[in-house]
Amino acid sequence: MAAPGEPARGTPLETPLWEVFVRARDGLAHRHVGSVHAADAALALQAARAVYTRRGEGVSLWVVPSSAIIASDPADRDMLFEPTGSKIYRHPTFYKVPDEVGNM
Amino acid sequence: MAEARIATHYGRMYTQALNTPVAATGPEDDDGERTARFQARIDAGERIEPNDWMPEAYRRTLIRQISQHAHSEIVGMLPEGNWITRAPSLRRKAALLAKVQDEGGHGLYLYAAAETLGVTREELVGQLLSGRAKYSSIFNYPTLSWADIGAIGWLVDGAAIMNQIPLCRCSYGPYARAMIRICKEESFHQRQGYEIMLTLAQGTEAQKAMAQDALDRWWWPSLMMFGPPDSESQHSDASMRWRIKRFTNDGLRQKFVDATVPQAQYLGLAVPDPDLRRNQDTGHWDFGAIDWAAFRRVLGGDGPCNRERLATRRRADADGAWVREAALAWAARQRAGGQPAAA
Repeated sequence: MAAPGEPARGTPLETPLWEVFVRARDGLAHRHVGSVHAADAALALQAARAVYTRRGEGVSLWVVPSSAIIASDPADRDMLFEPTGSKIYRHPTFYKVPDEVGNM
Repeated sequence: MAEARIATHYGRMYTQALNTPVAATGPEDDDGERTARFQARIDAGERIEPNDWMPEAYRRTLIRQISQHAHSEIVGMLPEGNWITRAPSLRRKAALLAKVQDEGGHGLYLYAAAETLGVTREELVGQLLSGRAKYSSIFNYPTLSWADIGAIGWLVDGAAIMNQIPLCRCSYGPYARAMIRICKEESFHQRQGYEIMLTLAQGTEAQKAMAQDALDRWWWPSLMMFGPPDSESQHSDASMRWRIKRFTNDGLRQKFVDATVPQAQYLGLAVPDPDLRRNQDTGHWDFGAIDWAAFRRVLGGDGPCNRERLATRRRADADGAWVREAALAWAARQRAGGQPAAA
């Protein structure tokens, strides 16, 4: 197994993995759509175009080396995200405003 | 496990879990509590994502199924690729090229989904080329005439859609997401196939005979695509429990027959099954016995084209090796020269 931060693959013939993000149209964020294998960034862009945009799916592509993405540990999910569930005072509907005041 | 946890923390990506050790059945499978919690998530309709804990049997089942599916897409390019240069018009040729390119894309989506489970694409392709991995038996039949391209789109892609639509809701997130993309594209494949059949069926007597001949040869192999009967299927029970599979082989097969027989009638072609008749009580089309011995023979490697298909894939892999090596050598040299690095 690779050490953290190192390429995950061992033998030289394993072609690196890239994550692909597509902007569907201007005004929207790039969205993750999948991944491709490619030797370098230029080839990764070419592969991403051929694999993920054959039917007008987008106007812009990002490719990011998969090994550059740091993910949260699913085992930490509750610790990280559960506490917000009880903080309902962070939402506007928590606060009562009389109807006469109108929309706020 | 500590090592795996550290790798999880630092190394794993959103979609890909390449650092995941592919252990043989580990002690964690004896951990009844975790297995029960996992099953409860499935029962509640939750999706499982790559980094989540999962029983090893679930992981292995998915790797097997997704990679076989990927191999089928890649090998499936061959029977149709056979007719690209001889398509009867530029319109047909452009459509067939696009379809075969789609199949290649589907293979890539699926290999990527399998890789999230901790195998590499190279390992999976190696299993295909060595003959250890299976792929759909349907692609071991030859495409003898242009009408076969119509029959494949209509029947083979039609059966594939029937199989694949439920997979869009399967419990494993990356597989389900890949299937959503695939199903959208398969719909074009089936329609272009039916259009070819319709054109032939409305053409000269010779063209109509060609369409009938293609239906005669592809009908039974298409029914076999749904896999062995439920009474013999090895993988159904666990896959249903894990919601990898949502319908039984026989259930999907019946659905396919019910949908397809009226389409054949519209074409004015005869389904090659003397026992086919509409059951007034159930509303379904009852059909004759399937030759499962033939299915096992083809799946086991002895179909009309098994050797040719594998030989073609091996040749493509060998012929492309220098390109992959050169691209990697170039990338390494760019990195050494201080250029932006790849992964």
